Amino acid sequence: MRLILEKIEKRVGSEQQLYPLSMNIQPNTVNILLGATLAGKTSLMRLMAGLESPSSGKILVDGVDVTGQSVRKRNVAMVYQQFINYPSMSVFDNIASPLKLRGEKNIDAQVRALASRLHIDAFLTRLPAELSGGQQQRVALARALAKRAPLILLDEPLVNLDYKLREELRDELSSIFANSESTVIYATTEPGEALLLGGHTAVMDAGQLLQYGSTAEVYHRPASLNVARAFSDPPINLFSGNMIGSGAIVQLTDALEIPLSQALPNTGRVTIGLRANAFRVNPRPGDLALPGEVELAEISGSDTFLHANTVIGNVVVQLTGVHFFDIGATLELYVQPDHAYIFDAQGALLLSPRYAVISTGSGV
Amino acid sequence: MAQIDLDLAHAYRPNPQSDADYALLPLKMRFRDGGAYALLGPSGCGKTTMLNLISGLVTPSHGAIRFDGEDVTVLSPQQRNIAQVFQFPVIYDTMTVAENLAFPLRNRNVSPTQIKRRVGQIAEMLEISHQLNQRGAGLTADAKQKISLGRGLVREDVSAVLFDEPLTVIDPHLKWQLRRKLKQIHRELKLTLIYVTHDQVEALTFAEEVVVMTRGRAVQTGSAEALFERPQHTFVGHFIGSPGMNFLPATYRDGKIQIGDYLVAHGLDISADLLAQAEAFTLGIRPEYVELSAEGALGSIPIFITRVQDVGNYWMLTGAVSTGSDMKSFTVRARLNAESCVPKANEVVWFKLVGAHTRFYKNEELIA
Repeated sequence: MRLILEKIEKRVGSEQQLYPLSMNIQPNTVNILLGATLAGKTSLMRLMAGLESPSSGKILVDGVDVTGQSVRKRNVAMVYQQFINYPSMSVFDNIASPLKLRGEKNIDAQVRALASRLHIDAFLTRLPAELSGGQQQRVALARALAKRAPLILLDEPLVNLDYKLREELRDELSSIFANSESTVIYATTEPGEALLLGGHTAVMDAGQLLQYGSTAEVYHRPASLNVARAFSDPPINLFSGNMIGSGAIVQLTDALEIPLSQALPNTGRVTIGLRANAFRVNPRPGDLALPGEVELAEISGSDTFLHANTVIGNVVVQLTGVHFFDIGATLELYVQPDHAYIFDAQGALLLSPRYAVISTGSGV
Repeated sequence: MAQIDLDLAHAYRPNPQSDADYALLPLKMRFRDGGAYALLGPSGCGKTTMLNLISGLVTPSHGAIRFDGEDVTVLSPQQRNIAQVFQFPVIYDTMTVAENLAFPLRNRNVSPTQIKRRVGQIAEMLEISHQLNQRGAGLTADAKQKISLGRGLVREDVSAVLFDEPLTVIDPHLKWQLRRKLKQIHRELKLTLIYVTHDQVEALTFAEEVVVMTRGRAVQTGSAEALFERPQHTFVGHFIGSPGMNFLPATYRDGKIQIGDYLVAHGLDISADLLAQAEAFTLGIRPEYVELSAEGALGSIPIFITRVQDVGNYWMLTGAVSTGSDMKSFTVRARLNAESCVPKANEVVWFKLVGAHTRFYKNEELIA
């Protein structure tokens, strides 16, 4: 399905929920709406679903103007954060309900196939209340998929589940989406979730669409400081500096200069962005050394997030695996100059890291 | 403060018959005096039951609890001298912050000078000194929870301080600062702290020793490093790390490890006897330690790549390997540095799966 939004906006009273935005949504793949709470993700989804009408602008589905058409007339499936199932129906009947509504044949086989795909085939005769939260959300997802709607809207569907369940379900969902004929819109507040799901990403902030493109492209080449902020977890480390000379060097502090991989027009004041994985604890040739002090090492298992206070300010560093650092210990961090993002005084991207090869066409 | 010894089991219903009837299966465990512990596991694993048994909110159906060798099994939380911090703030809105912090001490007839000193010390540690004269009512949830933490930590004579998911209400961006505070406080006050959470970052960051629990059992107690490097149980390999450890069925033959059709020379300094005796076992390796290798390289097998993900800070490769008589397909993941040169989906590449970081399991337990 091809969904096109043309200059749509949404005002409620004096409140501007969405500023005018246009999107040509990538069909038959997953499209992520990424942004903090109140960024406008849910408002946008409600317009896409037809639950509400835009204050102005047009919505086109496969070339047909559906602006103002109610949700009933559109073929949309939606899954919310809360697990919504029919409490008095068995899991089987919950999944079968959209199929029955359509008067489908071989309902039994279809329900079983979906249930096995989402690993709930052992619970088909139970009631939703007898299942765990994760299983209940799988039922809601199975029902949405059973609808085989050309447009599937998922509003933070994994947010209420614990992290191992989220990991498993996210994995299953992304492989289901990859082989699906539906256009999927998936709202999340988590950059990591967007990256794991792949597809395309729209970054939203305070009712505005900041950037839309392939997920890897938006991540590696954020058009602005605000996109880089919204699309970095742990947060991107930001420092202000001044371009000096012919624009090939940025001065961070009196003692530290960053040579740029290519000379830029000297625009004076700039912001330097260094993502958490740009730093190391072992030097490589050409690295800048940043002496500092450990504030805390947070350990997730796969990663250690080191918070340190350095000569250029506070930084968060992501290291693979488990590493111990004593609070207050001194250390030296290293960073390659060409891992730096440079933004101008207005926040527009001037330079992105050289290593960030954009991987178009990777994934499934 | 006290050393806490558990030698018990707990079932909420009478006459437990099978393992499933126990919220906590029989276990022996020692919490060191002054140690920082976390009880970590998914919901229903028994961690909250264990916390409630330690505090005295629940009396074990079998066995005993000792504090410094003394049997406290039937004593109440007050008698055991336990301080607790819960998920949600427990403070008096009409009292000032200082009065809230002083409350547990007043109840125990501590002298006013001592109260003043201790409240000042705790407020300083939690960086809430500037709020001491404010009433509880107008404070944010974050600030209230900080005060609850302070109330839990204010008494010097407690046997232990127990925390039940105490950072739930804290804004995600502020969590790390409170984790840091808790670590510093532990270092300075040297209290015995026991912390329940389902969040691995919380547990691994806070605790010197993490107790990983599943289905009523404590499957491993160890440092973050031990849980990551040497999971004693496949559940720990799976639960710690994201994604968890890769597991593949394997057998031992003629001094080599057989994975599917491939006989792998390992070059490892492992006890061949252990693997030979085990015959069939499970090989475990973390995605962080899987490397791309040359065709036929030591410890390596060919893998059919099914998916290549640019996860921003690193690459995630997913591959398939067919093993066993039924040629069941197993998934193997590799996590590679963002600067790596990666293959494409549908290519066959060699993964090094057997090396210094490979572990071997039989019936879910580590054997080598």
